[in-house]
Amino acid sequence: MAGSGKAHLRAADEVLVRVEDLVVEFPAGRGRTVKAVSGISLDIARGETLGLVGESGCGKSTTGKAIIQLPPPTSGSVHHGLVDLTELSGEAMRRRRTDVQMIFQDPISSLNPRRTVGDIVAEPLRVWGPHGRDEQRALVDRMLEAVGIDPEVARDKHPHEFSGGQCQRISIARSLVVDPELLICDEPVSALDVSVQAQILNMLEDLKAEYGLTLVFIAHDLAVVKNVSDRVAVMYLGKLCEVAGPDALFAEAAHPYTALLLDSIPEPDPTVELDEGLSEGLELPSPIEPPSGCRFRTRCPHATERCAAEEPQMRRVADGHHVACHHPLVAVAE
Amino acid sequence: MAAGTRLRMPIFTRLCVVWLAVIVLGAVLADFVPGLQDPNHQGFLFGTSKTNDAPSWAHLLGTDNNSRDILARIVYGGRVSLVVAATAVATGTVFGMLFGCFVGYVRGKADAVVMSTVDVILAFPGLVLLLTVVTLLGRRDLVVIAAVVGFLSIPPYTRVARAQALAVSRREFVLAAEAIGTKKRTILFREVIPNCLPGCMGYALVNAAVIILLEGALAFLGLSVQPPTASWGNMVNAARVDIQINFWPVVWPSLALVFTVFSLNNVGDFIRRSRAVRSAAL
Amino acid sequence: MSGGTVGTLLEVRDLHTTFSIPAGDVRAVRGVSFDLERGRTLGIVGESGSGKTVLARSIMRLNIGTNVTTTGTATFDGRDVLSLPHAAMQDLWGPEMAMVFQDPMTALNPLVRVGRQLTEHLRHHLGVSKAEADRTAVELLREVRIPEPEARLRAYPHELSGGMRQRVCIAIALACAPSLLFADEPTTALDVTVQHQILNLLGREQADRDMAMVLVTHDLGVVAGRTDETLVMYAGTVVEQAPTRALFADMRHPYSEALLRSIPRTNRPSHTRLAAITGRPPDLIAPPAGCAFSPRCPYAQDRCHEEAPPLAPSGGDASHAFACWTPVGSPEAAESFARNVADGLPSAVAVDLASGGAS
Repeated sequence: MAGSGKAHLRAADEVLVRVEDLVVEFPAGRGRTVKAVSGISLDIARGETLGLVGESGCGKSTTGKAIIQLPPPTSGSVHHGLVDLTELSGEAMRRRRTDVQMIFQDPISSLNPRRTVGDIVAEPLRVWGPHGRDEQRALVDRMLEAVGIDPEVARDKHPHEFSGGQCQRISIARSLVVDPELLICDEPVSALDVSVQAQILNMLEDLKAEYGLTLVFIAHDLAVVKNVSDRVAVMYLGKLCEVAGPDALFAEAAHPYTALLLDSIPEPDPTVELDEGLSEGLELPSPIEPPSGCRFRTRCPHATERCAAEEPQMRRVADGHHVACHHPLVAVAE
Repeated sequence: MAAGTRLRMPIFTRLCVVWLAVIVLGAVLADFVPGLQDPNHQGFLFGTSKTNDAPSWAHLLGTDNNSRDILARIVYGGRVSLVVAATAVATGTVFGMLFGCFVGYVRGKADAVVMSTVDVILAFPGLVLLLTVVTLLGRRDLVVIAAVVGFLSIPPYTRVARAQALAVSRREFVLAAEAIGTKKRTILFREVIPNCLPGCMGYALVNAAVIILLEGALAFLGLSVQPPTASWGNMVNAARVDIQINFWPVVWPSLALVFTVFSLNNVGDFIRRSRAVRSAAL
Repeated sequence: MSGGTVGTLLEVRDLHTTFSIPAGDVRAVRGVSFDLERGRTLGIVGESGSGKTVLARSIMRLNIGTNVTTTGTATFDGRDVLSLPHAAMQDLWGPEMAMVFQDPMTALNPLVRVGRQLTEHLRHHLGVSKAEADRTAVELLREVRIPEPEARLRAYPHELSGGMRQRVCIAIALACAPSLLFADEPTTALDVTVQHQILNLLGREQADRDMAMVLVTHDLGVVAGRTDETLVMYAGTVVEQAPTRALFADMRHPYSEALLRSIPRTNRPSHTRLAAITGRPPDLIAPPAGCAFSPRCPYAQDRCHEEAPPLAPSGGDASHAFACWTPVGSPEAAESFARNVADGLPSAVAVDLASGGAS
């Protein structure tokens, strides 16, 4: 692709959420539109972690927010079970919000600085119940303990009295207190130090098992995504490039963009040879006027005329491994 | 992080707070302050004091050209300034913050309508409105002046509050509240407004200073409360004709005005700064 | 550490930087010493609050504010820059030492065209004519691989992408041919493919110009391929210092090891449990009495909590120094680790869990 197609989607009865032809556009002034997401189809099986990876501006966060309808997509559908969330009225969507929760990149900004931690974590309960004070308190305490925060210490403090990692824990506690099915994690560890990042990643894995969660894990760091995901979708400029299991993706990347991303990761190993010529001087095109055909062609070393004329469709490389490219790096089963 | 990032109040700002407290208490309790004279008592009619008298034990700040006690007139005059300023700030904050935060959060059509109304009111000359109202009603007392000034302060507060709300609404905790399914009205009152409050308060004190100056100017022009009711502005105006005989009656109310305005600005500034420190610590 | 050799460009000795805030004195840098040879690259790696940025800025004398005190010496090319008057420092910035900052957007003036920011700098320091400065500016932009440099001179910073802005910042830093370049997290705000390009660019310029570079970063991956020597900082002190290859081949300080282990690696299967560092970094107002890392260290013994270990080379290799009583791989470390796991110390248990509970 960066192209379209649905060859990678699984049977409807296997999946929890199915996103089809998702398009999100924003006005950019002077009558122009930012084409943030341009026709993405994805599905998330119950209990799996879908990693959504790509560079800034690829539309990965926008996709995550469109799944929870904040804001709703410009077009396309988001099926949760049999219900298409994009068809729901505002009030009907609000009533389903407990099913799908989201945590954000900036742990400090996602907590209201003027409220106490106990109050913040209890907020979803205030909306949805139980409404009893003692019940709420017990639930909040249990949730705070589950994320490794001592409720006795934290309850009456304000967010600025905590570190970034602790704020992210509190934020996770708030989203899990309503017992959601799907948790969308939007760059949850990007703002954290590596040592804290590891704590949060481990905790997310534990919570996922304990609460039977399905996760969408959005990140720009491929190594982090590989560590947590069961399936990885690579995005570029509003389109999907490649969908595969994490080990297959790293072992045999089929899309030239995936390969570029993998080669760019700085490995903490001084014996690894650095590729000096890699992607030198090539700029990300504007999402206002994306390139025709395959959107990656302007940076792709394998681009041909066909890539400019025709948008590649998702094709199967192996079971559970699909790529949208006219000239994939591995053989494609036709 | 949190402990100790709170800004310590400098001694100078403390003095400002003390001055404001004295002015406010004086205005509120003027009738009960022992030894404070009647501000409209003209001593020379009774032979108890002279006009344009220098400061003395009988009249600590001297008397004006009607032989009234200047200290008493300043204390009572503070009432006018404070009532006008307090009404303006109260009306401005309540309505301005409500409108501003609401449209800054929901945006869209409501935003367009409210903000163009605000722009129209801001473009309308306030003095003309004041003169029109005063002429139509045929009275010029504190209630009318305060009401008009109060109405005129809604638009600037709306602007300030909207700017704050626009920034706050972009913070992720507002998005998080929406993702939880909190109702918009609850989000407005629980998440948005409390975070706009400190910014609006800082503005309120600075704005109060502007209003006090405005009232002073109106009084000086003879457009504020009807004499003999004392106000700092009309005291300066009345005393200015005799400035070559005795300049004290001009100096005292002017100093009261300067100290009050300066203190409000200083304290407002401090509030803004301490807020900046706290949000930097976030 | 071999002090005062012929090729030494920068010699830092016992540098302390303290910020006074109402809550007390934040001791951001606590006694750092190192040497940097001409034309070499030094990596300074650490997490937020480790003092790495403050250290770089202290040497550059860029810590602004009345509440900062810096003591110690930093001898640059024979002069102690910490005692130079401000005016003399200004002559040093540009032709002698320059800095590339983390955020290229805030490092550039948003209201001034890129060309003027570059030429003004050239004219101020080199005293060249406007035409000459324009020519040099185009040359510099071409050198940092900005396409269509003539056109870009007229652009405002916001019209450029993050990567292009950082290239402009590098061009400005290189304009007066400094002999020492500080790069403070130069790629943290950038995407991974752009990061790779920028690091390549810095490495190439450094080699071509025979310039020394201090690369400050939180990312061990960035340090690994790009530096000759590495300092690992924790809580304002250097905990380990070695030639980069030697460091990665044989990490001796428990913090260096823990930092490396907590990074997800692409060559491990997915869902590998990470060896997280438990706890939080210490309070720099009242740092712990002993080793600052001891409360989070899986190998800590009683002595570690009481007495701070000195930074010293190990037996054989004089270039590899670390500050630890129970260095990684030593029998003391193995012994205290086993004891800490048995005692249920969280820091040790976390490591034990991640390695599959071997002990």
